[in-house]
Parts: sequence; C-alpha cells; structure tokens
Amino acid sequence: MYDKSVRRRRVALALLVACSLLLLTAYFGESQSGGLHSVQRGVLQVVSPIQEGASRALKPVRDLFGWFGDTINAKSQVAGLRRQNAALRRAAIAGSDAVRMNGELEKLVGLDQTNSLQGTRPVAARVIGQSPTIWFSTIEIDQGTSAGVRVGQPVVTGDGLVGQVTTAASDSSVVTLISDSSSAVSARVSQSGAPGIVQTGTGGPRDLRLNLVPRRFRIDKGNAVVTAGTMSRSDKLESLYPPGIPVGVITRVDDAGTDTQQVHVSPYADLQRLEIVQVLTRRVNGNRG
Amino acid sequence: MTTDVRSLTWRLVVLGIVTVLVQIAAVSQLKIFGANADLTPLVVASAGLLAGSLPGAAFGFGVGLFLDLALVQTVGMSSLIFLTIGYGAGRLRELRDPQGAVVPIAVGVVATVVAQLGFALMQFLLGHDVPMDADLIWQIVLTVGINAVIAAPVYALVRRWLLRALPDDPRRRRRRAYTTGGLSPLSRA
Repeated sequence: MYDKSVRRRRVALALLVACSLLLLTAYFGESQSGGLHSVQRGVLQVVSPIQEGASRALKPVRDLFGWFGDTINAKSQVAGLRRQNAALRRAAIAGSDAVRMNGELEKLVGLDQTNSLQGTRPVAARVIGQSPTIWFSTIEIDQGTSAGVRVGQPVVTGDGLVGQVTTAASDSSVVTLISDSSSAVSARVSQSGAPGIVQTGTGGPRDLRLNLVPRRFRIDKGNAVVTAGTMSRSDKLESLYPPGIPVGVITRVDDAGTDTQQVHVSPYADLQRLEIVQVLTRRVNGNRG
Repeated sequence: MTTDVRSLTWRLVVLGIVTVLVQIAAVSQLKIFGANADLTPLVVASAGLLAGSLPGAAFGFGVGLFLDLALVQTVGMSSLIFLTIGYGAGRLRELRDPQGAVVPIAVGVVATVVAQLGFALMQFLLGHDVPMDADLIWQIVLTVGINAVIAAPVYALVRRWLLRALPDDPRRRRRRAYTTGGLSPLSRA
C-alpha cells in the first residue's frame, strides 16, 4: 500500500515536470500564431475584464501605499529637484530663443512639421496588470485591437517612452517595457546627437544603458536621451518609435571616451508605477527622424 | 472521486484563480521601496504545507500555468518553479509535520527565494541575459523580506479556506491524539 502511494506520487510528479518541459519546448518552437500563443491571447481576452475590475476596485489601496512611498521619497528628492529646476530654467530661457529661430527657419524652408505626437493618433489606456517578478517587465492595458492597437506600436506616458505592444487581444494588450531584456530602442543624445541603442542594463528598471555610442561623441551627465526614429529612406528599415520621444536622462558615464564606455540612463517614465499610458497607433512618415 | 477530494480540488482551483488575479491586478503594482510582494510562492507553499506533496505540486503547476497564460509570459516556466515549491512544502509536511508558529514564515521565505532564483536560473538556461548587480540583489532581498512579513497571514487565510476540505488537519489530529490517550509522547515516556 505504501509502495503504491509512493509510486503514484513519483509518477504524478514526473508527469507534471514533463508537462512543464513540454510546454516550454513547444512555446519556444512555435511562431506568434501558434497554438499556445493563441491560447494565451484567449486567456488574456477572458481575464482582462476581471483584471480591469479588480484593478479599479483596488486602486484606493494602491494609492494609499503610493502615498507612503511618495512621502518617504519626496524628502530625499527635494534638494536634487531644486538644482534640476534651476538648470532647466536656464535651459528653457536659452531654448525659447532657439525655438523662435527654428520656427522662422522652418517657414523659410517650407517645413511645417512639429515634434508633437498629434499625428500619431494616441489611444489612452489604463494599466490593469503587471508581472509579479522582476524577470519579466510587462504590463497589461485595457485597450486592444478594437481600439486600433496593434503589435509593435509604441507606448508612452506624459513623461516619456514606456515600451511597445507585444501582444494584442480585442480589448486588452500586453506591453513590453523598455526595461525588459528583449527591448532595444534606437535613440540619440539630445544635446550632442550621439546615436546609440537603449537596452536594459542590470534588470533594474531605473538603470538602462545607451549602448554602441561612438567614442567621438561627448556625453555628459544630465544630457537627455530621445528616440532617434530612422534615417533610412527604405520602408524595410522603419523604426518602431517616432523620433524625439524622451526616453531618459544620463546619470553616469563609465569609461567615457572609450569604445567600451557605459552610458547609464534613468528613464523619465516611472516604469514601476504606471497608471495611464498612451499607445501611438499611427506611424507618421515611417517614423523618420 | 470522493467528496473530500472533489471539495479540495475546487477550493484549490478557486484559490489559484483568485491569487493570480489579485497578484497581477493589485499586489504587483504596490511598490514598497521599489519592490513588491509576491503572493504566488507563498500561497503555493501554504497549500503544499496543508494539503500534501501531490496536491501541492498539482496546485503549483496550475497556478504557474495560469500566471504564464494571463501575463503572456514563457509558458511552462512558472509551472516548473511553482510545482517544485508546492511539492517541496508538501514533502516537508509529510516527512516532518512541523507545527511551530514560525514554520509558515520559514517555508514562505524559502519558497520566495526558490522562486526568485528559479526564475534567474530559467532565464539563464533559456539564453536570456541575467546580469546580477547590487540593485537586482537588493530587489530580491526586499521581495523576500516583504514576503516574510506577510507569510503568516497568507498561510492563515489559505488554511482557513482549505480547512474544511482537508482530509485530516495535522493540528486537530495531534490534539485529538493527546486527549484520547496512549499516543502522547509524555505517556510513552
């Protein structure tokens, strides 16, 4: 009797482990339109309304926790923000002249393009779910294909770039954040124009890296990093992200001026506390910069 | 299928669904110093500790599968990790039957550590970058710490929900044994 129950337990355990490994193998072997991916989209479809309800119901609790966290963080940020404010005021005064001159030059050369996202038909979406582990940087939003959301579209907040849509069901979608290990964003340093690729650095969502920056460019702490768009005329090389979306600020440069320089970027958007985001559902001019 | 098994099964199914939904929709978004609690390993470990290795493993597999499907993650990864946690907690109960008040906390901490390291290991085995640095380790430590704080109440809630469906609660069994005589360690001495 004892042997039988031990045998049964071992067989059941072996079966469950085998099932897990089989699922893992099958998931990696199939394409986006494969069976398991379709099941995932189906589950997302069913679960997202429940998640949305739960997310709304539990918002006061989230806000309460957020208030505690914000109060603790606020004190430590005051001095830094005052310094930043002074620097930004100086930059704004200098920038206003440049903007006026730029407007006149644009008129002169017949260009009438602003750097805003008006033409990109943004769709506002509420965040209804988030991965519990630090190993997956994904969120779920309450807008899907019925609102024009498609895979590959960029997602932003008022602060800056958040990520891109990687799965779209009819009324919900999954967004992979720029802090995910699979993410890579073509970007440039706003001040110097130095190009690079923003990728995750350490798994920590507040420390991204601007990789592949040519060493001839001067990179300074405090410089802004924005999306670069694409410079190619070919439609085959379109960028996922429109040019000029703020990504983050450079916090540190290790081994500056060398081929192996490490440029640390802190994202503008608070990727850990997203409530409302916008999906840019229309691509303008192939996102050319 | 007996009534007890059927009752335990549906209670575990409900528990799994509620746990995953609450985790995704609320708990994952509550950041404390940049980290969040992770209910799933705690609930799976508690279920294993209360129901045994086989129900624990099956429950862990189911919770992991539902989590991967709902979050559109790599299917099978969480299942493998959580079935290990459920089975391990269940075997602990079957072999040692620990009764201390600190047991759910210790098991919860171990389950969280296994989950965090398990995900890191799986990512590494699947060829993804696993860059470990102080920030990341700090986040893992923080998650383990938060889970240690909430492990006892989570265990109490899971126990309350599963108690009616459990074949024989170990504590009740022990208390009954002492009062009916003959089985107490004191009487044997």
